[in-house]
Amino acid sequence: MSEAISALNGAVFKEGIAEILGLDPIGMISIRGDLSASYMKKALKKAVGVGMPGIREISLAGDKGVAWMSPDELLLICPYTDVANALESLKKGFGDNHALAVNVSDARAVFRIKGPNTREVLAKLAPVDLSPQAFGPGMIRRTRLAQVPAAFWMEDTDTAQLVCFRSVAQYVFDLLKTAAQPGSEVGFYRS
Amino acid sequence: MLILTCPNCGVTAEETEFHAGGEAHLKRFGPGATDAEFESYLFMRENPKGVHFERWRHVYGCGKWFHAARDTVTLEVFGTYTAQTSTIPQDILDKVRDRRPNWQGQGAPR
Repeated sequence: MSEAISALNGAVFKEGIAEILGLDPIGMISIRGDLSASYMKKALKKAVGVGMPGIREISLAGDKGVAWMSPDELLLICPYTDVANALESLKKGFGDNHALAVNVSDARAVFRIKGPNTREVLAKLAPVDLSPQAFGPGMIRRTRLAQVPAAFWMEDTDTAQLVCFRSVAQYVFDLLKTAAQPGSEVGFYRS
Repeated sequence: MLILTCPNCGVTAEETEFHAGGEAHLKRFGPGATDAEFESYLFMRENPKGVHFERWRHVYGCGKWFHAARDTVTLEVFGTYTAQTSTIPQDILDKVRDRRPNWQGQGAPR
């Protein structure tokens, strides 16, 4: 297999109020099916070792996890090189049931936003209540970032990971850079 | 600005995260219908000043459709409910009547 390179090939922006890091590709598998079915839970457990996430939640164990995307959709996350194995394991787990799993890793770009102003940077771009009371680790939010769809979750209180379509990676990076430009702190989420 | 709650994923967000899908609870007239019925199904829409029932899609979120009851003048949202129904749930009707006692049922499915 050819070497996988992220859309922006490791672009970083460290001069602003939060660090913006373009991450190396991670493995992502889009799953559609009946989320209440027992075979679905078993297939997830087998593929990445985590349970079914609750509504708008993400269950992570190290670099593997599963995120709730909609009432019939999940996003499985794993290291880029593990995708083929995870896909195989899922398909075996689904058996003859009506469910779908597709490798979407190369269709996405991944960013990490880091620092005490992470929530502010995201809040400038997305119509989401990002106060620590409303949005914390373990939750995932699909929303829009200015004009494009994106999803993000908090890795800890000061770090967020964000996924968007690869085709808009440069646009999203520029947005994040602008939202994080030096001296642009609002201080809204500071207690 | 409209603040809607998606009944499919529970997210409350403002209208830019959603997309409007027009009037709700249209009855489809297809093959076998009269020309007048078909024309009405295709083109005739309520345009009320007040209570309105609409279809919305959570386009930047879970991607699912739902129904919303709202006021076109004040932008007050009476409630949102599942897209998998052709009738307005009683609790939504109650909320509308509670807030608009003079509402005569305009815009509700006939």
